[in-house]
Amino acid sequence: MTATVSSRPASAPPAPPPAGRKGRNRAGRQLHGGKITYAVLILFTIGSLFPLVWTAIAASRTNTRLAETPPPFWFGGNLFHNLDVAWNDANMGAALLNTAVVAGTISAGTVLFSTIAGFAFAKLRFRFKNLLLMLTIGTMMVPPQLSVVPLYMVVAKLEWTDQLQAVILPTLVTAFGVFFMRQYLSQALPTELIEAARVDGASSLRIIWHVVFPAARPAMAVLGMLTFVQAWNDFFWPIIALTQTGNPTVQVALNGLGRGYVPDQSVIMAGALLGTLPLLIAFVLFGKQIVGGIMQGAVKG
Amino acid sequence: MSTTSGTAAPPAGQGGAAPRRAASAAPLDPREQRRRTWRSRRHHWDVKWSPYAFVAPFFLFFAAFGLFPLLYTGWSALHRVELTDPTHMEWVGMRNFSRLWEDEFFWNALQNTFTIGLISTVPQLLMALGLAHLLNYRLRGSMFFRVAILTPYATSVAAATLVFVLLFGRDYGMINWALGSIGIDKIDWQNGTWTSQFAVSTIVIWRWTGYNALIYLAAMQAVPHDLYESASLDGASRWQQFIHVTIPSLRPTILFTVVVSTIGATQLFGEPLLFNGSAGATGGGDHQFQTLGLYLYEQGWVNLHLGRASAIAWTMFLILLLIAAANWLFQRRLRKSQ
Repeated sequence: MTATVSSRPASAPPAPPPAGRKGRNRAGRQLHGGKITYAVLILFTIGSLFPLVWTAIAASRTNTRLAETPPPFWFGGNLFHNLDVAWNDANMGAALLNTAVVAGTISAGTVLFSTIAGFAFAKLRFRFKNLLLMLTIGTMMVPPQLSVVPLYMVVAKLEWTDQLQAVILPTLVTAFGVFFMRQYLSQALPTELIEAARVDGASSLRIIWHVVFPAARPAMAVLGMLTFVQAWNDFFWPIIALTQTGNPTVQVALNGLGRGYVPDQSVIMAGALLGTLPLLIAFVLFGKQIVGGIMQGAVKG
Repeated sequence: MSTTSGTAAPPAGQGGAAPRRAASAAPLDPREQRRRTWRSRRHHWDVKWSPYAFVAPFFLFFAAFGLFPLLYTGWSALHRVELTDPTHMEWVGMRNFSRLWEDEFFWNALQNTFTIGLISTVPQLLMALGLAHLLNYRLRGSMFFRVAILTPYATSVAAATLVFVLLFGRDYGMINWALGSIGIDKIDWQNGTWTSQFAVSTIVIWRWTGYNALIYLAAMQAVPHDLYESASLDGASRWQQFIHVTIPSLRPTILFTVVVSTIGATQLFGEPLLFNGSAGATGGGDHQFQTLGLYLYEQGWVNLHLGRASAIAWTMFLILLLIAAANWLFQRRLRKSQ
């Protein structure tokens, strides 16, 4: 993996994707999709959205209705009652607030630390740079399972169980983030700009603030959104560090629901709906940027 | 990279030279002189050391929450440690590993992880490739389609699994109802070995196909168009162009997604945990869909054996290293053959 990743940047600059695409459109070479193309795409769209729509349908019904044979295909009138039960009895209200804090802090930390580290790797000169960069990429290989046992011991010893810092600190900066920002900045930030600032006597911190952050802003936004989605949905470590009845995140609360905390299926679906809704709204608002970010990350990393 | 560092060098030198030039031109004010040397020294220090300060946070966090736990997991794998009293460690050597070797549930989990990984990754990537090909046409509402197929990615493992548990329900689930309407008997998705593994894989496929399709799409858009032009001049059909131009150009990306999906499949945890949530962490009554991740969780947090959980974690790590090594060898061979 290391080899793929590090070999790609070298081949990336000669063929910037936007130019290639525009050229193709101008020449009229890109083919229009036919009827079958649309049919298949619509089928996949339905397949992608149906489970989510059905979550809302099931959440608007009663438990008894869900245990009848033909399953419901349209909304019932029980949605707000179920949301209310999920919000209060299954601790979803507190969970949503907690998750907003956790995901917000992790995104802010990741964006900040990744941008300055990515800048150093992209534009500054220091010893062991390449070695450290390889190390950074290598750390992506370490699976989260390898750290849960010691982390759990530490958390138990510090009595951090059910405290949000237990799930915030371990993911406050990621290798992916550092690498993502490095790839972006090595192309988007002209080296002359930094040199000019240095000649003017600007310190490194001033350069970060006045040159790097403005240039990195689009990538910072994308990284922030991707990190937010990931942090919101993180599952393995939070269900170990936090408990359903104490101070859960959304995923911990949903885990509790799935393990039989509330026997009512329609309430479980209401919980799943509540836990997913914020991200779905974000997708409706920023879907274009998120799609762009994933595609950008793909070409560059 | 070497050009970058080459051009980055002069300013430091210029910064150092500036005060000297000033000194020769103007009469010397010793205080001014001292301030200038101080400033240039500070500048020098800044250029030399700030890069380390900038990368330090990442490495500090990695040392504390990545490297230390990695090593400590290895250490505790050689001990008997119970969840009820994690500070009490008793040296047992390799016994945690030898007990794994003898445990049928370990081999069962390993096999399940492999099977589920295979039946979730292969269809997922093939469908993603096809989807990306379709999305690469000029389309009305192409952004709508892209966002729509990515929405499952926004759904958490927990939320998605809870919904699919209902959809796959034996008595009232929509899937059995639909199958029933075309004359197929009810399938007990949770309790059969193949059926449950198929259902768990469906959740994985649902969540990740769109994401991978976008990655392939990005790579397809970067394929230089003259390749297609010359292929079509040679009389290649669209299908032949897809096979002989698109796929070879995408090879690094395909390999990348294979590696990432394989790593994900090795760590599969939430889906099997919640697919039969009331059964605890056994992965079904007969452990029929218990994966390695789930087995680790069961040993550590249900049976309270943290030492054995550590041994499982290290075994999983070794498996990942094997995958990485295989990938590296494969790539080297590919590069040589080109």
